[in-house]
Amino acid sequence: MASITKPPVRHPSLPTNALGFTKRDYEGAMSTLCAGCGHDSVTAALVQALWELELPPHRAAKMSGIGCSSKTTAYFLRQSHGFNGVHGRMPALATGANAANRQLAYIGISGDGDSLSIGLGQLCHAIRRNLNMMYVLENNGVYGLTKGQFSASADVGSKSKRGEANVQPPIDPVLLALSLGATFVARSFSGDKAQLVPILKAAIRHNGFALIDVISPCVSFNDHETSTKSYRYTRNHYLEVAPVDFVPLRREIATEQGEDALTSVTMHDGSVVRFRKVANEYDPTNRDAAYAYLRARHAHGEVVTGLLHIDENAPDMHAVAGTVETPLVDLDFNALCPGGAALAELMDEYR
Amino acid sequence: MPEVGGSHPVDSRVNDFAFKIGTVNGTGSASANSLLMQAIFRMGIPVTGKNVFPSNIQGLPTWYEIRVSRDGYTARPEEVDLVVALNPATYAKDVASVRPGGYLLYDSSWPLDDSLVREGITILGIPFGKMCVESFEGDRERTLLRNIAYAGALAALLEIDMDVIGEMLREKFSKKRALLDSNFRAIRLGFDYAKAHYDCPLPFRLERMNATSDSILIDGNAAAALGAVYAGATVGAWYPITPSTSLMEAFKEYCERFRVDPVTKQRKYALIQAEDELAAAGMVIGAGWCGARSFTSTAGPGISLMSEFIGLAYYTEIPGVFFDIQRTGPSTGMPTRTQQGDLLSIAYLSHGDTKHIALFPANPEECFYLAVNAFDLAERFQTPVFVVSDLDIGMNDWMCKRFAWDDSYRPDRGKVLGPAELDRVQKFARYTDVDGDGVAARTLPGAHPRGGYFTRGSGHDKNAAYTEDSADYLEVVDRLSRKLATAATAVPAPEVHNQSDDRAAEIGIISLGGCHSAVLEAVDRLRADGHSVDYMRIRAFPFPPSVQAFINAHKCCYVVEQNRDGQLRSLLAIETGIARDRMTSILDYGGLPLTADRVVRGVLGENAATHTPRYSGVGTVAATAARQR
Repeated sequence: MASITKPPVRHPSLPTNALGFTKRDYEGAMSTLCAGCGHDSVTAALVQALWELELPPHRAAKMSGIGCSSKTTAYFLRQSHGFNGVHGRMPALATGANAANRQLAYIGISGDGDSLSIGLGQLCHAIRRNLNMMYVLENNGVYGLTKGQFSASADVGSKSKRGEANVQPPIDPVLLALSLGATFVARSFSGDKAQLVPILKAAIRHNGFALIDVISPCVSFNDHETSTKSYRYTRNHYLEVAPVDFVPLRREIATEQGEDALTSVTMHDGSVVRFRKVANEYDPTNRDAAYAYLRARHAHGEVVTGLLHIDENAPDMHAVAGTVETPLVDLDFNALCPGGAALAELMDEYR
Repeated sequence: MPEVGGSHPVDSRVNDFAFKIGTVNGTGSASANSLLMQAIFRMGIPVTGKNVFPSNIQGLPTWYEIRVSRDGYTARPEEVDLVVALNPATYAKDVASVRPGGYLLYDSSWPLDDSLVREGITILGIPFGKMCVESFEGDRERTLLRNIAYAGALAALLEIDMDVIGEMLREKFSKKRALLDSNFRAIRLGFDYAKAHYDCPLPFRLERMNATSDSILIDGNAAAALGAVYAGATVGAWYPITPSTSLMEAFKEYCERFRVDPVTKQRKYALIQAEDELAAAGMVIGAGWCGARSFTSTAGPGISLMSEFIGLAYYTEIPGVFFDIQRTGPSTGMPTRTQQGDLLSIAYLSHGDTKHIALFPANPEECFYLAVNAFDLAERFQTPVFVVSDLDIGMNDWMCKRFAWDDSYRPDRGKVLGPAELDRVQKFARYTDVDGDGVAARTLPGAHPRGGYFTRGSGHDKNAAYTEDSADYLEVVDRLSRKLATAATAVPAPEVHNQSDDRAAEIGIISLGGCHSAVLEAVDRLRADGHSVDYMRIRAFPFPPSVQAFINAHKCCYVVEQNRDGQLRSLLAIETGIARDRMTSILDYGGLPLTADRVVRGVLGENAATHTPRYSGVGTVAATAARQR
């Protein structure tokens, strides 16, 4: 992401990752969002996370629908293929793409309108299939491009810029995902890069559907005093339950002081997610307990953040279907076409 | 039981008649009906079966029509010589549908009400239900075997070879000894009763021929699915909908047979039952974007839902194959009846300026070959391709030539830049027409660091970058228009049946898809009656130039199709610029397969929609002229 045009010459002292790429190599086109938009911070966190993960940019596929959030796939990973599809239907495109080529890293970016209204059905079914992708829901409670209508995540009583109060109860994507059996559920805040970056890294490495609800304020239409999706409201009601650290496979896991305060979950590829528990009773591997805790804190007006649930053992879409390891797009035609002799034999059965 | 209705002159017709069986849906009659049809086929006699079934799981009336034609005609007959009435709820309708001089065979376990007895037909009663109750145990067995019993009676009345039936029962029940015995007993019950009580055979009967040895019996959905397997399709996404469901189910069966690794048991295909047709279309497009041959099967309501995604695929230039097994619309319509009502909506599906390649198979054989063709065209032109079939083709068993496969076939993957080419490219520009055919080269995700581009349904320039600039926008959409013009020269050409090579006939008939068999038969009849007729069957949209040439060459053009508004005729007018009223519509849209009689009547001026110019009948023989109004 860049909000200003940067010179094409690279500063020689920019640090590189193991692939020899600087963070600049993980950026994309210049952002056209409003100055101060939470989405740009999420993009910056993504660039940081992808650079740290040493992901070859061209091995990622960026998927999005329609809306301010969906535009951001143009603002990072310029070397990757990106697909800005139709409103609310990114999960279907991602499902088809993943079915065809299971080896790419699928990065989905959506918003609360795209995911919770027009695309609610598609989101639910992508979760149900445990599609192997990261799904970032940049949540600001408002329709920005059409200038300020409430979205389905707006809280009751939260007021629009013009002073109108929302009366419809919100859909909470985190509770929704937990109840549908999502295998990775997190919530974060665009203003907390230190928390968001390790969550993004873990989500990309997760073998299955990883939903991250990121509160990402809209500075133009929903950042005022009476909004519950503003920077200020989010900071004042922020409750972090399980700060995470993501340890990639290649790095040695050093024993640290206070190790017993950490719990670890080993990811599908051998990398490790470690939690430091802030709330004593919180266990992110226990779905029911997580659900109950979130409901209780929500009743107190708190925005619970962190990696809220992880289940690394559930089979993803391909494991359930029993698909070959080789991406279907890489199979040779001879492995797919049964040939003339088989057809002649088959014809005898139709007599 | 004595005959009711008196005796009639004998019109002995060998291997040229039709009969119809009326039963209750869900009682197992389908297997007896296919047994009958297959037995006739194995006797070497050309045969067609049409299932007229309800949108229901159990309880509503259903009919099966079998036509035997020594000349090989496969269209639905307008009249039947024998009606087998086994559903008391439809006795009245069944009695009325026997042609004058024809026969009715009914289950006399339930007496025929006196008011239903009709003059001029022969009524035969056999107590199938009663005999099965006396001979078998249990409701289910009695119900199922009643079907086999009527098959036995028909074997006696029509002279179906009992050896062939026996062989088929043995094949079917080779591992179920008890069932084999009871089926044999049931066949004999019907056969023996008919022999003992009636003059067998009836005036129309079967006699062995040798006209089916290089043929098969298959439905269009299975054939299309087989085509998808042979074309190398790996991703199928769908939402269940009549009458297309059996296409994906057949694809699954073929894949389980041909695409599962014998050692690891892993599958070389992905079949996804989506949450709705919108998602199914999105999955097809997502997979096509990644480079897989992907497809869906659906019907009209699904096509409506897919229209948004189709527009995206058209504008972003992503291949995908969409099988539309048409059923009767509008809206939910009659889900188990056939129609060709989706032609106009498919041609220009989605908002904005769009146009799509569509192929129109006429029978299951063409479903197989055109399916392969569709995948090639979709990748070559990087666009959605529709294979427009219908319920009659898709769900009925048709007699067609055995399919053959040329092992030298290689899929046409179109212009895809691979790693070696991208190594040499300085800057890849996705939507640039290098060759002047309107087709730009694409890249696949993950292939190469220099291949990346941003696919978007929003306005884009030739580099795939967002644009709101008129000139940049126009450059892309005008190239798309050129691309579809190129496609018109690459799609399957129409099949033309000209009477003479020297000059155009007085009558030109234009049709497509499932109308073909009825039109072919009608053309033969018209020619036999002295009319001069040419016939063109359109196989693809956008129309190749030869379509316009055919219309121009014929003063009297009839367009035969199965929808109310003459959609093909409208499309021809839009695309060729020829006035709509230059062509006369012959329309049939009640939901049943077209008959040759309907086409003949239409051409001769009876019941044709009123348009000019019409065939004046000049030059016809007197007998035919007398039939005109």
